[in-house]
Amino acid sequence: MFSFNKRKKLPRDAAPLAQKLTKTRGSLFGGLVNLLQGRAIDEDLLEDLEAHLLMADVGVEVTTAVLSALRNSVDARRAADTNAVCAELHRILVDILIPCEAPLIVSDAQPFVILVTGVNGVGKTTTIGKIAQQLSQAGQSVLLAAGDTFRAAAVQQLAQWADRLDVPLVRQGDGADSASVIFDGLQAARARGVDVLIADTAGRLHTQDGLMAELQKIKRVLGKLDPDAPHETLLVVDGGTGQNAVNQTQQFHAQVGITGIAVTKLDGTAKGGVLFALAHRFGIPVRFIGVGESADDLRPFEAGAFVEALLGE
Amino acid sequence: MFESLTQRLGGALSRLRGQGRLSEDNIRDALREVRLALLEADVALPVVKEFIDLVRERALGQEVLKSLSPGQALVKIVHDALVEVMGQENQRLNLAAQPPAVVLMAGLQGAGKTTTAAKLARLLQDREKKKVMLASCDVYRPAAIEQLRTLAGQVGAHFHNSSSDDPVGIASEAVAQARKLHSDVLIVDTAGRLHVDAQMMDEIAAIDRAVNPVETLFVVDSMTGQDAANTAKAFGDALSLSGVILTKADGDARGGAALSVRRITGKPIKFLGVGEKIDALEPFHPDRLASRILGMGDVLSLVEEAEQKVDQAKAKKLAKKLKKGKGFDLTDLRDQFEQMQNMGGMASLLDKLPGGAALPAAAKVQLDDRQTARMIAIINAMTPQERRYPAVINGSRKRRIAAGSGVQVQDVNRLLKQHHQMGKMMKKMSKGKMANMMRGMRGQMPPGFG
Ligand SMILES: Nc1nc2c(ncn2[C@@H]2O[C@H](COP(=O)(O)OP(=O)(O)OP(=O)(O)O)[C@@H](O)[C@H]2O)c(=O)[nH]1
Ligand SMILES: Nc1nc2c(ncn2[C@@H]2O[C@H](COP(=O)(O)OP(=O)(O)O)[C@@H](O)[C@H]2O)c(=O)[nH]1
Ligand SMILES: [Mg+2]
Ligand SMILES: [Mg+2]
Repeated sequence: MFSFNKRKKLPRDAAPLAQKLTKTRGSLFGGLVNLLQGRAIDEDLLEDLEAHLLMADVGVEVTTAVLSALRNSVDARRAADTNAVCAELHRILVDILIPCEAPLIVSDAQPFVILVTGVNGVGKTTTIGKIAQQLSQAGQSVLLAAGDTFRAAAVQQLAQWADRLDVPLVRQGDGADSASVIFDGLQAARARGVDVLIADTAGRLHTQDGLMAELQKIKRVLGKLDPDAPHETLLVVDGGTGQNAVNQTQQFHAQVGITGIAVTKLDGTAKGGVLFALAHRFGIPVRFIGVGESADDLRPFEAGAFVEALLGE
Repeated sequence: MFESLTQRLGGALSRLRGQGRLSEDNIRDALREVRLALLEADVALPVVKEFIDLVRERALGQEVLKSLSPGQALVKIVHDALVEVMGQENQRLNLAAQPPAVVLMAGLQGAGKTTTAAKLARLLQDREKKKVMLASCDVYRPAAIEQLRTLAGQVGAHFHNSSSDDPVGIASEAVAQARKLHSDVLIVDTAGRLHVDAQMMDEIAAIDRAVNPVETLFVVDSMTGQDAANTAKAFGDALSLSGVILTKADGDARGGAALSVRRITGKPIKFLGVGEKIDALEPFHPDRLASRILGMGDVLSLVEEAEQKVDQAKAKKLAKKLKKGKGFDLTDLRDQFEQMQNMGGMASLLDKLPGGAALPAAAKVQLDDRQTARMIAIINAMTPQERRYPAVINGSRKRRIAAGSGVQVQDVNRLLKQHHQMGKMMKKMSKGKMANMMRGMRGQMPPGFG
């Protein structure tokens, strides 16, 4: 059995909350606008904006589309200064993301099942800990299922979160069948009248057919107990990911039907611009953003704030 | 993993085919495509810019005559530049130090440090018969130490158990312990950290000082986007990195981050992680990665072949002759045909080119290699004087040549007409800079010849 090791520190909280918020809400009018202040509105300026978007992982396709929209509207409105150009850019970008601004609403399904998926190392387990804390704080009872039976000490990792948050955990031995653990989790959740079951899964590359089939099996097995489960199939995407996030989303969506996305690690300098391509192509709601390693570091996704952080320096 | 970059470049470069030479004008489109392709492959923008400048500079100085076509010349320049920027072949770990040789793992959260530490331990034990110890300084992430302990068990390496919760303390302790146990190598795993987290960057710098590693490896996820440049810069500034490991290369990420990190740290990429299992570690081959980025393995072997086989001396002689305003005679034409044959024929040549396979079948028929052989036969049936001064070839000479080479008189006429047209074109081209004979010739080949 796993024994909780007291000497291990809780995940550090490197920066106070307010500071983290300013990081993700980097003010538009302190960033790009200052940078462009007083410049002529010409091709040079547009090229700089293009570079800014490309360096934020917005990608060639979306950047090109955004720039041509910006050109048109700058012409049409005879934008007088760089502030107007930036405001226009802001509007165009927000318009792309707005349809994805839809928070996760936990219905009264008993239990509401959240299946958490994604490629390796993106932050699935940590995000589960964060969501569990939020739900607990909101008065929901939560149960975790340790469905990552593959990675070394993955079960212990989730177990430590469960311990720390004081929520129950369903687990089997290492190497157990993931679908079976999660099925157990659903049964236990029902038996105990738990509100929300959150199931962890092992990270897997979207190109690995066998492992993707395993996810389908998990869904199938859940469906046997409750045809509506999982109620949310969450894809966790590392905010530092480049254009490959498109392939990831496409494959996961095709195989298991993603209903929500969480973007992690936005507390660094990565801007997560690939989200525009995801919004544009798949329109899947973005539920959360992760801004640190602690339980508190989870925010609802807001299109406006996200764009401001992306445009701010 | 890198297919899409490939297709794009393939498209851009095949559009270059049929152009006479590399000029600022005709490579502009191709370079634009290369730029977009690199960006789509997640190469950081500043690195892309620098790379494109390098390629442009080299392309403009290129003597096209030396290679098969401007397209191929550019492929080769792009590829060679990529290989060069990617750095040395198959770099091994440098363990030349008073044992224990310490290897320090560094990188962002979730990059693959812990898994890679175990993979390296296994590699060093199995291949180099080293006695390896693993130690974890990740006191932060839940069960991170447990993870490495489990992996150490799997690879049969010694795991350093510590009761400390101070990462620097654990690291120093581990070195002492490794020395005591006569370990050859100590691999020190660290917690993932963001480069903007000053406290954590100070911590890893302190670990670095405490263990004095021979290898400090920056572990980077091959799916990383533009930010790879920022993190590589910051980790490179905080630590004296000795190498880079690119993980999760078993997926379909185009892996442009490899180029960014390599360029910005200036450190060699030493291994690729190609799976979650502890044996999924491969040595890094820059040419392979570059070829993979370009998706042009075949083209490159072809270019190399061409470089060896095209008789450069002859080509130069011809160019000189043309420059002096002397005519393009039938001997020159035969040389061109022969070079084509040496390269396995036009049809196979085209199939190997990016986009070549997509050529309409009718276009390929024109390039039937048998036609080349037949044209050479016709020229061989001529006297030296006829080859030098085709104007002397009258009706009776034509009949003689046709009979001598087993073709119809019309075939001889066609060849002569073609030669005449090519001669005109050569004259035009030689007024410019260098000419690419074969390129011109293909365009001039009459349909259904033979
Ligand atoms: N497919 C694939 N997965 C990998 C590779 N290397 C590591 N992983 C997986 O990526 C995830 C993260 O790997 P870790 O070794 O825990 O990464 P880390 O950098 O130590 O992570 P932290 O300590 O949490 O910062 C795990 O699920 C690994 O199994 C690889 O080359 N290919
Ligand atoms: N800085 C930062 N690190 C994160 C965030 N989310 C997760 N991580 C870290 O990323 C690493 C991988 O997370 P983990 O939850 O184990 O990923 P999983 O393999 O997808 O389950 C761990 O070191 C986490 O602490 C985040 O929002 N910000
Ligand atoms: Mg996990
Ligand atoms: Mg680790």
